[in-house]
Amino acid sequence: MAMAEQSRKGRRRSPLFGIAKKTGSTLLTVVATMLGLLFVTFFIGRVMPVDPVLSIVGERATQEQYQAVFLELGLDKSLFTQFFIYLGDVVQGDFGKSLRTGFPVWDDVTRVFPATLELATLGTLIGVFIGVPLGVLAAVKRGTWIDQVARVVALIGYSMPVFWLAIIGLMVLYGKLGWVSGPGRVDIYFEDIVPSVTGMILIDSIIARDWTIFWNAVSHIILPASLLGYYSLAYISRMTRSFMLEQLSAEYITTARVKGMSEWAVVWKHAFGNIKVPLITVIALSYAGLLEGSVLTEIIFSWPGIGKYITISLLSADMNAVMGGTVVVGLVFVLLNIFAELLYKFFDPRAK
Amino acid sequence: MNAFRSTLFSSAVILAAGVSIAPVIAATPDNMLIIANRIDDITTLDPAQSFEFAGSDVNRNLYSKLVGFDPANLSGGYIPALADSWDVSEDGKTITFTMREGVTFESGNAVTAQDVEWSLRRVITLNKTPSFILSQFGFTPENVAETIVADGNTISITTDKRYATSFVLNCLTATVGSIIDSQTAMEHEVDGDLANEWLRTNAAGSGAYTLGSWKPDESVTLVANNDFFRGAPEMQRVIVRNIQESATQRLLLENGDIDVARNLNPEDVAGVALVDGIAVDSELRGRLMYISMNQKNEILANPKVIEALKYLIDYEGMQNGFLNGQYTIHQAFLPATYLGEIDDAPFTLDVEKAKALLAEAGYADGFEIGIVVREAQERIEIAQSIQNTFAQAGITVSIQVGTGKQILGIYRAREHDIYVGAWGPDYPDPNTNAGTFAFNPDNSDEAGATGLLAWRNSWSIPEMSEATLAAVVENDRDARAAMYEAIQREHQQTSPFAVMFQKIEQTGRAENVQGLSLGGAITAVSYWNVTK
Repeated sequence: MAMAEQSRKGRRRSPLFGIAKKTGSTLLTVVATMLGLLFVTFFIGRVMPVDPVLSIVGERATQEQYQAVFLELGLDKSLFTQFFIYLGDVVQGDFGKSLRTGFPVWDDVTRVFPATLELATLGTLIGVFIGVPLGVLAAVKRGTWIDQVARVVALIGYSMPVFWLAIIGLMVLYGKLGWVSGPGRVDIYFEDIVPSVTGMILIDSIIARDWTIFWNAVSHIILPASLLGYYSLAYISRMTRSFMLEQLSAEYITTARVKGMSEWAVVWKHAFGNIKVPLITVIALSYAGLLEGSVLTEIIFSWPGIGKYITISLLSADMNAVMGGTVVVGLVFVLLNIFAELLYKFFDPRAK
Repeated sequence: MNAFRSTLFSSAVILAAGVSIAPVIAATPDNMLIIANRIDDITTLDPAQSFEFAGSDVNRNLYSKLVGFDPANLSGGYIPALADSWDVSEDGKTITFTMREGVTFESGNAVTAQDVEWSLRRVITLNKTPSFILSQFGFTPENVAETIVADGNTISITTDKRYATSFVLNCLTATVGSIIDSQTAMEHEVDGDLANEWLRTNAAGSGAYTLGSWKPDESVTLVANNDFFRGAPEMQRVIVRNIQESATQRLLLENGDIDVARNLNPEDVAGVALVDGIAVDSELRGRLMYISMNQKNEILANPKVIEALKYLIDYEGMQNGFLNGQYTIHQAFLPATYLGEIDDAPFTLDVEKAKALLAEAGYADGFEIGIVVREAQERIEIAQSIQNTFAQAGITVSIQVGTGKQILGIYRAREHDIYVGAWGPDYPDPNTNAGTFAFNPDNSDEAGATGLLAWRNSWSIPEMSEATLAAVVENDRDARAAMYEAIQREHQQTSPFAVMFQKIEQTGRAENVQGLSLGGAITAVSYWNVTK
């Protein structure tokens, strides 16, 4: 009797308890992932054949000057000691200073990440709003010319090197036709005019209600965003097509058709309704991929984003910057995953 | 393929067609100079520490020195800048500078002899990489209180022995000679760092420009200092934007979005040269390409072999091939435009002569040898060209490519056979190169003189080292030039160095931009003479 009561109490407590438990375990996953990420990045960074000291003092430095910086960086300590010192600082929110730029890594990252965020978000939106309908259409019209066109579009997206497409795009649309603006986020005369609130110029210019700068920024971002959008479109449309084909060949679809449902309802309500969950995963992954920063796109468009930042830092052995950048990218990945999971629950009652 | 390309084109067009914005401004504003350059090597703006190309370009415009160069007449040598005049003591060891009156820093503070004292002492005390440019005169943190002394309107510096005045003054034109606003800087000192941290990202100078902003990897913006003592610059803003790609720089230039493109590759140079309204400038820079032969290797220590190998390099083929427009043949260790330069180029590819020399040396059938080279495109191509021409005389070359750290490590440890190297002068005096190519007072392993190229190649040259030392104390300019000419002629023939090329920088420029000087081989870029 007592036991039964206890278990009933337990059951009564369970909703709140469950949420707390879920939150706790999610937090634990986040912390464990970040720790693992830091650990791996740190040790890979330390075995790279680039000398951080040399990249600070240069080739002409004397042994004495070299040694001074070597000690200043704490490189005389064991790798594990170095790692724990670093970890201690990070826990206190101190990512250290970038050896290359001289600025605190956090300042650098918060300066470059919004540029990537802006570009990746726009790219993903383009990818989703064109890619999903294209994929659905290709599945419904399987084997027709529409399907073939969709396949060619996607294949080109898969196989064309991004730098090539980027340079061609710039040459034609900026160089020859003048339809879009060139590399950079805004025309150079417009730089630093709107106050930086979010670091995303499109949004900052809306906040400042400066439409000249807003449209100028649009004319700069549209080409790189379209390119990134094209790549995610290729992926998203292919995946949508195959998810849809699977559903459309299922028996319940035949049943629905036999019952006399309209084709629209069959496709969009029944079939599409069932692919939302896997599609969310695909979109989230593609978005996360773009948020890492597309290095080549960023270099060609002189886009000061996080991909370029991490790459250049890595090449000059600026490990503080690399770690800071990696942590942010990792965090974004984890957060996107959690967000996707929440969306599953929203779209798929079974996941509750 | 064509159909395929046109599909690509049209798909790109369709993608971007959604938005069509009014065309961009056709030219940059009249009082603004916009430059595309690779500036991601800037690590600090502190003149006591900055030692990279892009950093020197910025510093040259932010700070003034005691003496400087006239950008319109670089070959004229140094001229008075913050110092109005100078006197040399009888023993030749002390130079006393009288300060120019009425010059102010950007803060409004007057530029005084005390600022000079503080700035130069600071270089020695901080002891960062470029400090050797001043410390080679015997300044140490312990003696600066006696050797660099301000007195009223004058500042005297006393060297440890007599040097050619031109040598000392040339060194003072380097970035480390920048005069900093000591009052402003010291307000930002942290933990006795003499404002090293603050000056890394800020500036306190009296140059033609002040620092508007420096956004790493993005841009440097300079704002005119209209109180500049040589007169207000016409360009009120100079923006240097970090553009990595040559193709991108070219597009921006052709579209009138930038005025100057500094990193165009040969194809893009040829392309912009055909465009109306764009001019291409070629300016000689100080960087040299050379190969050196380690004298620890018995074969390479043979003078006949050294001579033979110098005849086995296809100087012309490389210059006109993959180095086209980027490098010009130069076979002496002082870059053209330096005091004492020589333009003799006695060596050409001559396989027969080389074979004869090798036979004399007892290597008629050739030998096997290794070349180490760092993973830089043009250096690898040079190594491959040499591998090819050496093979024509029966020499089998194995090339080892590595990262800068690996290869430099091998070189400094004297473990290479042949090294493909590049060397840029550190300050605009002939000793900057003579002191490393032709100076090696102690060739022992224990000496560890890793900074000296002659030592790195185990080349023992007691007599030439004496000659190099003698040249730094010769006060007669012509006599000094003659000494360097003589050293180079001997060096050219006998040294295990085959200097091959000197760098040319090709710049694409909007034709209406006039008066831009990149600084030649001796200094950095200056913007204050630029007009539109």
